Amino acid sequence: MTTSLSSTIDQKQETWISNLLGSQTFWVFIAVIAASIALSFATDAFATSKNLYNITRNVTFVAIIALGMTLVIITGGIDLSVGSVLCLCSMVLGVVMNAGYSLEIGIAASIGTALLVGAFNGVLIAYVGLPSFVVTLGMLSVARSLAMVASGNTVVFEFGPDHDLLLALGGGAWFFGIANPVMYMIILGLLTGFVLRWTRFGRHVFAIGGNEHAATLTGVPVKPIKVAVYMLSALSAGIAGIVQTGWLGAVTTNLGTGMELQVIAAAVIGGANLAGGGGTALGAIIGAMLIEVIRNSLGLLGINAFWQGTFIGGAILFAVMFDRLANYRRNT
Amino acid sequence: MAVLELKNVSKHFGAIQAVNDVSFALQAGEVIGLMGDNGAGKSTLAKMMAGNFRPSSGSIQMDGADIVMHRPVDARDHGIEIVHQDLALCDNLTAASNVFLGRELRKGIGPFKVLDYASMYTRAAEIFAELKSETRARDLVKKMSGGQRQAVAIGRTRLSNAKIVLMDEPTAAISVRQVAEVLNLIRRLRDQGITVVLISHRMPDVFEVADRVIVMRRGTKVADKAVADSSPEEVTGLITGAIQAV
Repeated sequence: MTTSLSSTIDQKQETWISNLLGSQTFWVFIAVIAASIALSFATDAFATSKNLYNITRNVTFVAIIALGMTLVIITGGIDLSVGSVLCLCSMVLGVVMNAGYSLEIGIAASIGTALLVGAFNGVLIAYVGLPSFVVTLGMLSVARSLAMVASGNTVVFEFGPDHDLLLALGGGAWFFGIANPVMYMIILGLLTGFVLRWTRFGRHVFAIGGNEHAATLTGVPVKPIKVAVYMLSALSAGIAGIVQTGWLGAVTTNLGTGMELQVIAAAVIGGANLAGGGGTALGAIIGAMLIEVIRNSLGLLGINAFWQGTFIGGAILFAVMFDRLANYRRNT
Repeated sequence: MAVLELKNVSKHFGAIQAVNDVSFALQAGEVIGLMGDNGAGKSTLAKMMAGNFRPSSGSIQMDGADIVMHRPVDARDHGIEIVHQDLALCDNLTAASNVFLGRELRKGIGPFKVLDYASMYTRAAEIFAELKSETRARDLVKKMSGGQRQAVAIGRTRLSNAKIVLMDEPTAAISVRQVAEVLNLIRRLRDQGITVVLISHRMPDVFEVADRVIVMRRGTKVADKAVADSSPEEVTGLITGAIQAV
């Protein structure tokens, strides 16, 4: 009796294959690959190294922020301020370096700004109890306005003594010809994946999204973790801002406008559950890839750019519907 | 000496007197049925023992020394574990992750520690085997039956060397077969010298497993006697007020 019971218990109901086939990230990845293959046959321009270089680099800014956003979404929150925070952090970097300070000081000021903004969001959400949607909607407005204040609403394109270093940081390719932003994305993606899977912090992030009340009752430090999550989200926006500044070589106050929606789309397409409790780092990056492949392909296929939103919106709906269908099948 | 003793404990919320001057002592290895109608004060009493509320007046003593608990974590540190009525489970995590929630096992050197999944799965599987529950450590709680969910919640109390386990309506929402299993578990806890406080509406369960029954009515203790000396009829009378006090 005992043996038969324990052997039944030990028998795994699901193999890794069925897990893989049930995973949204996997199917989105297949979609990215399939689209890429189709495009390389359909157009001459897609599979050129220059275009692939462009795609991979364009993916990174959305993908890096989507990593931070995924953490927020897993806890059941949302961060609408990331586009504006990216702009503010870029502007702080630009203004500080423009005033003649070194790259290190510029980055420190920029990162410091990001962490401050994230902590402000997090404290209002976790300790004051305001909805994340409202707090970060407010910050969306505040951060962009502060960026305008900091720069006098001008374009910054002179970055002082370390000008060339900044441009190399964002625009160079220091390892095996891989664009620097792509390297940052890979490193940050691995880091986020590691934290989510292998640290107590990561476990608690999932627990908060699954059942915040239960997390509180079992002694998970829910409030500090929520603050940390919004700080990390803002930090990811800050990092993307720094890299993007180096890549563009200029900062304007409309940088990152509407980017929060692309970032949320990337996270959701990659499998992050807006109800909380689910999401992966890999998914965020693959979601960002699908969006960029859609954008890029529409251009190459000569389809009017006005259609972009329709296709990306369709991808979001399709991804969420896929998730719903997979759950429906599992529960019946 | 009593493991846990409440001395003249009262709790009021504004003008509402939820618990009024209640005293009792819990001995090691004892199963106590804490009974009473809705609003009788048994939940408030349990929440004070679990560290959710601080008494407005009176004291709580553990092994003869006063203890003050500000948060549920403090109660846990004192060896008091609670199984919540809603079980406090995260549906998106595995059974093992739920058992170890807030107390995850880690391995590594110095500050470089990673979660020790292998040990958590093994330990959780051992706990479920002890409970004779058909619960797989790696399964998501989302997919589990009521009895399995109960086993996960109860499994948590087995991680530490708990002296006292408070169970809030553990048999309210599970199948008959699982009720028997939960009652067996309570006996197993008792055999290890653990005190179990069973907060329940279900008279048969209390009379089957408890050694002593404490009845609350309108915030005061109206009975505290051995189950052997009482009867379901008497306890029902005490709960409703048909019998004033014994």
